[in-house]
Amino acid sequence: MREQPVIVTQGLTRLFGDITAVDNLDLEIYRGEVLGYLGHNGAGKTTTVRLLNGVLTPTSGKMQVLGLDPSVNGAELRQRTGVLTETPSVDERLTGYENLKIFAALFNVPQADVEKRVGELLETFQLTDRAGDRVGEYSKGMKQKLALARALIQQPEVIFFDEPTSGLDPVITRQVHTLIQDLSKNGGHTVFLCTHNLAEAQRLCDRVAVLENGKMVALGSPAELARELWKGTRLEFETTHEALPTALQTLEAMPDAHEITSAEDQPAISLLLTLRDQIPAMVERLVAAEVPLYRLTPQEPTLEDIYFALHENDQEVEA
Amino acid sequence: MNWRAIKAIIQRDLLAVVRSKGVMIPLIIVPLVFMILLPAGFGYFTPVLMEMPGANMPDLTLFLDQLPPAMLANFEGYTMEQLMIIFSLVYMFAPMFLILPLMVASVVAADSFAGEKERKTLEALIYTPTTDMELFVGKVLSAMIPALLVSLVGFLLYTLTANLAAWPTMGEMILPNLTWIILVLWVSPATASMGLGATVIVSSRVNAFQEANQIAGVIVLPILALVIAQVTGVMYFSVWLTALLGVVFWLIGGVLLYFGVRTFRRSEILAKG
Repeated sequence: MREQPVIVTQGLTRLFGDITAVDNLDLEIYRGEVLGYLGHNGAGKTTTVRLLNGVLTPTSGKMQVLGLDPSVNGAELRQRTGVLTETPSVDERLTGYENLKIFAALFNVPQADVEKRVGELLETFQLTDRAGDRVGEYSKGMKQKLALARALIQQPEVIFFDEPTSGLDPVITRQVHTLIQDLSKNGGHTVFLCTHNLAEAQRLCDRVAVLENGKMVALGSPAELARELWKGTRLEFETTHEALPTALQTLEAMPDAHEITSAEDQPAISLLLTLRDQIPAMVERLVAAEVPLYRLTPQEPTLEDIYFALHENDQEVEA
Repeated sequence: MNWRAIKAIIQRDLLAVVRSKGVMIPLIIVPLVFMILLPAGFGYFTPVLMEMPGANMPDLTLFLDQLPPAMLANFEGYTMEQLMIIFSLVYMFAPMFLILPLMVASVVAADSFAGEKERKTLEALIYTPTTDMELFVGKVLSAMIPALLVSLVGFLLYTLTANLAAWPTMGEMILPNLTWIILVLWVSPATASMGLGATVIVSSRVNAFQEANQIAGVIVLPILALVIAQVTGVMYFSVWLTALLGVVFWLIGGVLLYFGVRTFRRSEILAKG
């Protein structure tokens, strides 16, 4: 039997005047899980984080985080959650050390443990050498690392990351990804990851929830969503330079083959078939046209493929 | 109340204030001008100017005659030079002194409330386990403490400067007196609470330090009115009037802070931000 969820929402809704920021959200998230919360800017991601931390009250619906109602037990809950906000939100007039030490007090880290905890975090995020410098002198990546360290100061059980790698260089992005994986897989922390970086979500998340205009339009693992939402198959095959024009001609004559492109430097073609079942028929046609096939590779859809397919479906429904 | 968290908020805000030139410059210049330069100038130059040919003694006599009788009673036995020094350094500067706590509380509160929104550092604070009241108390104290400290230090500097500058003419210490002690210990915190309350309310509606500071600056008008009333002799800062003024300012400050605390809700701040 699966354990009790750490985060539960039922019909969670938040209005700002006439605008519905979060619309009837039903969600269950389990311990140690990394949930990707995907959506465009303004889709309602940050509002959901604020609701789940008890800093905004819902217009209607129910929610529980770690067994507590955020709108009633906000302070108690925030002691057990960590939030990395979209902007690092670190005080630039203070040093890195001062920033962490003050938040250790705000998060009630026992006085005797403060120095040790702050020192460990500075070490983990490679900030020890610059701990005594004012944060205003830090690079963007360093500020983001400091904000991450601050979000972990009291060793929270649930961590909310709001666009954690936005604007960071690839090296620091990779460090952040490793940290998130480590928190979830080795530390047993539950991670709520708001992002519009689909590659990041695909890499890190056990499940993803796709949000559009405040409404959750899909929920599941990337593989589940692919099965459910992605009916086509992307293929790549290799032939000879001589056979390339014939192959392209044959494929273009097939009504279910789309997005046919050939590589510039090698005799390879990639295409999208509307249905997986059409692969044998396509192979038959190519063989009949005397196109030699050296390699045929079906490609799994990326989260990006699924996301945009979902988005296009919604636009069609709206139209 | 979690006093450790409140202390951390105060420490954070005060460190931020001390390290901001934009905030510190007025906090240094205004006390320097009002508590040292002006009293030194008045104390030293008043007798010099009165000795100069062309000094309009009949007009000064006429002006003194218009002062409230209770005030005039304090001037008996003094020469004209001594009288002008007493009038300026003991009476005229009394309401002016109140600008100090008002200005310090307003500037620090504008930085702490609106400035924090401008720097986008408030959101991290909002996600801490502190309650709205703890956050509010921490921020109010971080503005109140420097206001009271500057008042106290300013008063000590003023007393020293005024006595030193007036000594050659007076030959005795002119300060402190009971009115000034009440002013510093009772009216000054009340004035700071007024500036603080006004700034908190303004800060809940604006998102920038300068904007909050300028709009909340309107609260200085009643103090300026007091300065004019005292200088023109319409009002006399007696012990009782000074104590009463403190009561009125505490009431105004209390009302402003009451409305301030009502606007200081996490959900409200984020919804407006």
